[in-house]
Amino acid sequence: MSRRKWIGFALIAIALLLMPFALAAVGQTWVRVINLALLYVMLALGLNIVVGFAGLLDLGYIAFYAVGAYAYALLGSPHFGLHWPFWVTLPIGFMVAAVFGVLLGAPTLKLRGDYLAIVTLGFGEIIRIFMNNLNAPINITNGPQGINLIDPLKIGDFSFAKSEVIAGLTLTGPMKYYYPLMLLTLAIIVLNLRLQNSRIGRAWEAVREDEIAARAMGINTRNIKLLAFAMGASFAGLAGGLFASMQGFISPESFGLLESIMVLSMVVLGGMGNIPGVILGAVLLTGLPEVIRFTVVPAQQAIFGKVLIDPEAIRMLLFGLALVLVMNARPGGLWPSAVRKRELAERHEPGVGT
Amino acid sequence: MSELLIAQGISKRFGGVQALSDVDFTIGSGEIYGLIGPNGAGKTSLFNVLTGLYAPEAGQFTFAAQPLARLQPHEVARRGIARTFQNIRLFANLSALENVMIGRHIRSKAGVIGAVLRNRATLAEEAAIAARALELLEFVGIAAHANHAAGSLPYGDQRRLEIARALATEPRLLALDEPAAGMNASETLGLRALLESIRARGVTLLLIEHDMRLVMGVCDRVLVLDQGRVIAEGLPQEVQRDPRVVEAYLGAPLSTAAGAGV
Repeated sequence: MSRRKWIGFALIAIALLLMPFALAAVGQTWVRVINLALLYVMLALGLNIVVGFAGLLDLGYIAFYAVGAYAYALLGSPHFGLHWPFWVTLPIGFMVAAVFGVLLGAPTLKLRGDYLAIVTLGFGEIIRIFMNNLNAPINITNGPQGINLIDPLKIGDFSFAKSEVIAGLTLTGPMKYYYPLMLLTLAIIVLNLRLQNSRIGRAWEAVREDEIAARAMGINTRNIKLLAFAMGASFAGLAGGLFASMQGFISPESFGLLESIMVLSMVVLGGMGNIPGVILGAVLLTGLPEVIRFTVVPAQQAIFGKVLIDPEAIRMLLFGLALVLVMNARPGGLWPSAVRKRELAERHEPGVGT
Repeated sequence: MSELLIAQGISKRFGGVQALSDVDFTIGSGEIYGLIGPNGAGKTSLFNVLTGLYAPEAGQFTFAAQPLARLQPHEVARRGIARTFQNIRLFANLSALENVMIGRHIRSKAGVIGAVLRNRATLAEEAAIAARALELLEFVGIAAHANHAAGSLPYGDQRRLEIARALATEPRLLALDEPAAGMNASETLGLRALLESIRARGVTLLLIEHDMRLVMGVCDRVLVLDQGRVIAEGLPQEVQRDPRVVEAYLGAPLSTAAGAGV
């Protein structure tokens, strides 16, 4: 059994190692898509802690992504002339985002459900607007122009942004980026799995299920909620830093409400509270639009001789449709957690009785 | 018998309603103390003040010689007071075992670091939590349901699960809000045996209950509330005969109130 397990692990590891080469064979775009998907997996897993585990509906989650991205950009770009190495700036982004998680979480502690959603939505927008306007009187964020020429990940002379040929293999920038992204994503997955099955994870679940009972059981709900906000935000901060380094350019536009909704959709569609489900949701919602773009447009050209409907233009419509369909067919998400399955099952049938 | 809980002049008002006025009582260590009264007498309000959900306008509780003033519910639990709820408040979608494991929260300490590293100390603690939780499920007699969702258990077992979860916090005082509500006669009998065995573990019990046969049979002393005031206190038999108690419940002479089931 254990040997079989090791073989399984080894096969998965090899598949993950070779993935960028396989994708590059189809086209470099697909390597970029998988990198983006990995960023979204990190974001979705972070949000899953807040929404899925602790049951706190956060609609401004992307703000922490922005905080991480700006922390990285400000410390590693010509904007301030700082070029700190990534192994300093990424952890800083992680921590600063965690601090923001606590700061923005603290005022919302007494709120639940719709009210919490509205307030977090507001906070998310406030952060974005700050990024947009903090270029005067002192230019901190460079306003709507954003920050350009952000340092890529770099170890010595080995830059993750440049293409090069190593041992006869051509490695492009995105292909190189895939490896640190995958490594950190795996780390976050392990972290999430371990947190879920722990004293802390149970306390989060208790808060989600019944806050008053949780308090009566001695759980300090204030601290445990703040911890959820901080943990969730820190993953977003890390993803933000990686995003900034990968793109080389960030502006407040990338951190709008739609992005928050997008990440939330990944969590909900995949299966709130279930880690594999959330990963699936993030990969699907990042990958499918690209698949559609690369199939529907050529198909239309082949059939009609021109593009009648640009799928990019109706992207949100397709998302909405997908969400409605999935929620109707599988209310717990594509891959629901056991707890959520129980919850939904109970609505249809009464207790089992003796 | 040493005093475990002393209530002095507890008063609580909700807008124009005086839910509790100047309530005094003392519970001795190891007692089973009954709290009875007609609906709306303020029994649950008293529980909520005791466990820190409500702040009283006046008065204070002293528990194990320490004042409980202005403590948050989780701090009260840490001091050693656990409770159940009148309308069962289990973590309905979690398994029975997980419910009791959550009760171990304050008596264990693994944080984020421990959870992530999964070092030997954390693993040992997790194993101890699970073992203790299972032991408590056995104690209350629902170990067979350990992996069933709490919300899917039969009603009586949900009440028992709530007790197991409360016991997991290692309370010195266990406050039960109508544990027999919705139970049939044989379940109530089983509950009575359970209460006795909880007392045998050294836990003092404070019991809100409407089932008079249970109260009279199991309680050492009884406090009667009516409209937020203490109208009688003492041995169950004495209280039962108190004309003010009878009047509060029935407004009728004793002969009709004698016996069970108010």
